[in-house]
Amino acid sequence: MTQPILDIHDVTVAYHRRPVLWDVDVTITEPHLAAICGPNGAGKSTLIKAALGLIPMASGEVRVFGQPVKSVRRRIGYVPQRESVDWDFPVNVLDVVLMGTYGRLGWFRRPGKQDRDWAQHCLEKVGLASYARQQIGQLSGGQQQRVFLARALAQKADLYFMDEPMAGVDAATERMIFDVLRELRAAGKTIIAVHHDLRTVPHYFDYVVLLNVRLVAAGPTETTFTPDNLRKTYGGRLALLDAASEAMQAESRAL
Amino acid sequence: MIADLLQFARENYNGLVVLAGVSLLGASSGIIGAFAVLRKRALTGDALSHASLPGLCIAFLILRERNLTAMLLGALVSGIVGIAIISALGRWTRVKDDASIGTVLSVFFGLGVVLLKIIQNLPSVGSRAGLDSYIFGKTAGMLRSDVYTIAAASLLCLVVIIALYKEFQLVSFDSDFARSLGWPVYGIDLLLMSLVAAAVVIGLPNVGVVLISALLIMPGAAARFWSDRLHTMLPLAGALGFFTGFIGTVLSATFDQLPAGPIIVLTGTAIFLVSMLFGVRRGAIARYLQHVRFRRELAQMRANGLGPEGSVAT
Repeated sequence: MTQPILDIHDVTVAYHRRPVLWDVDVTITEPHLAAICGPNGAGKSTLIKAALGLIPMASGEVRVFGQPVKSVRRRIGYVPQRESVDWDFPVNVLDVVLMGTYGRLGWFRRPGKQDRDWAQHCLEKVGLASYARQQIGQLSGGQQQRVFLARALAQKADLYFMDEPMAGVDAATERMIFDVLRELRAAGKTIIAVHHDLRTVPHYFDYVVLLNVRLVAAGPTETTFTPDNLRKTYGGRLALLDAASEAMQAESRAL
Repeated sequence: MIADLLQFARENYNGLVVLAGVSLLGASSGIIGAFAVLRKRALTGDALSHASLPGLCIAFLILRERNLTAMLLGALVSGIVGIAIISALGRWTRVKDDASIGTVLSVFFGLGVVLLKIIQNLPSVGSRAGLDSYIFGKTAGMLRSDVYTIAAASLLCLVVIIALYKEFQLVSFDSDFARSLGWPVYGIDLLLMSLVAAAVVIGLPNVGVVLISALLIMPGAAARFWSDRLHTMLPLAGALGFFTGFIGTVLSATFDQLPAGPIIVLTGTAIFLVSMLFGVRRGAIARYLQHVRFRRELAQMRANGLGPEGSVAT
């Protein structure tokens, strides 16, 4: 029997005794491009951070490729939210992408020419090859987002967690990021991304996790991303739901 | 300047050794401080130095003599206790970081000053203790062995920073990402704070409790005006710290009625101001020139009827 790629089992997370995730189970057995959707405060980022072991869980267990996260870190990539770092930090674009290789390098070893070539290649993939020597603060928001994506690519992981990789990004950049994600997916990798724009979910993602503190539903987009499930996730905000279901219909017509 | 230097060396038999010691201290605290600032721990260094005064005095009260190693160890212990209280306040109460740092800093420093007065009033040792030099610093009258201790500790700090440059850079820039890669962020942070503590403590005898944090913060802040990359910024912070220590020591030997700490810090301030004005990356003049150049280019583009990136404006 093959091990599931990601197995989140009974995960509960609480801040100051207030639960932000309650008993969440998600199991992904095949490579997917998966979206985590839910209203503000639903615990989307928390789920990713708990899965990565960045915040303590009150209970539950996360296994990746059948093993505890600690022992398979080399196979896990991470794109944090763009606002989580200080972009005034004195490093250039290539320096940041090189950080993706630090997990492989281990203590004391510096990235060599091979690592730099690889980092440059990853920058090319996201269309920022000519920005390698720029200070990171000079980039636009969308470019900064792509630098983080390139850094994750440099990790050569098999499972990627991405916290709002599309936040503050224009339509052209969004398409470019998704081209990269689809390429990863085609190479047998799994991507799990927090995603806000419900209208684009059916177009880009083949798997959804609907979350509102508790897990509402998880599964393939066509069977799970239904108006009914969305209503359960978001409550009664119908305008939003209409837009989403229209997008769903448009997508099924196109197929 | 050179005449001053020669006079300084002639008059103090170990003058040059002191000069080397303080310069080296400036270099290592400049580099360590640059990382502390990037990790947003600059104020922690300040709290640590002020919190070290009671420990220093208690060590003296126990031994009843001026034993540098013991007193610095005492300083280190009470500095760490101060930091521990700050982090405990942050963790267990709703007191904000800046408030807890301010509280611990002033309470410990006040306690230290009280202990200092008690020592000075002791009949036998008080007048010879010379502990008030720990408040504002003193370079004259240092023992050669003190300088060797400082030099060795500075070198050790430098070696650690250079060896773990990659790890410190990663953790300072993006600690969550570092954690996701499996790096022990807490341990690396602890090591960085230990280096800050070491720099503070070995700097105490020369620069003093009140101003040592300036020696940590200013060289890195000044270096930032000259460079956009840690790679060049760190050696530069080291060099600026070195010259701050060097020039400050020479000047304080010239004005021996003034304490060394303020002179060293004023030297650092001068270097900082020059960097702020003339720094090629973020200095005021460089920024102004960039601004002027940009406006000229913009005017040129408008005159040619071009929009951004060569597109034709409508």
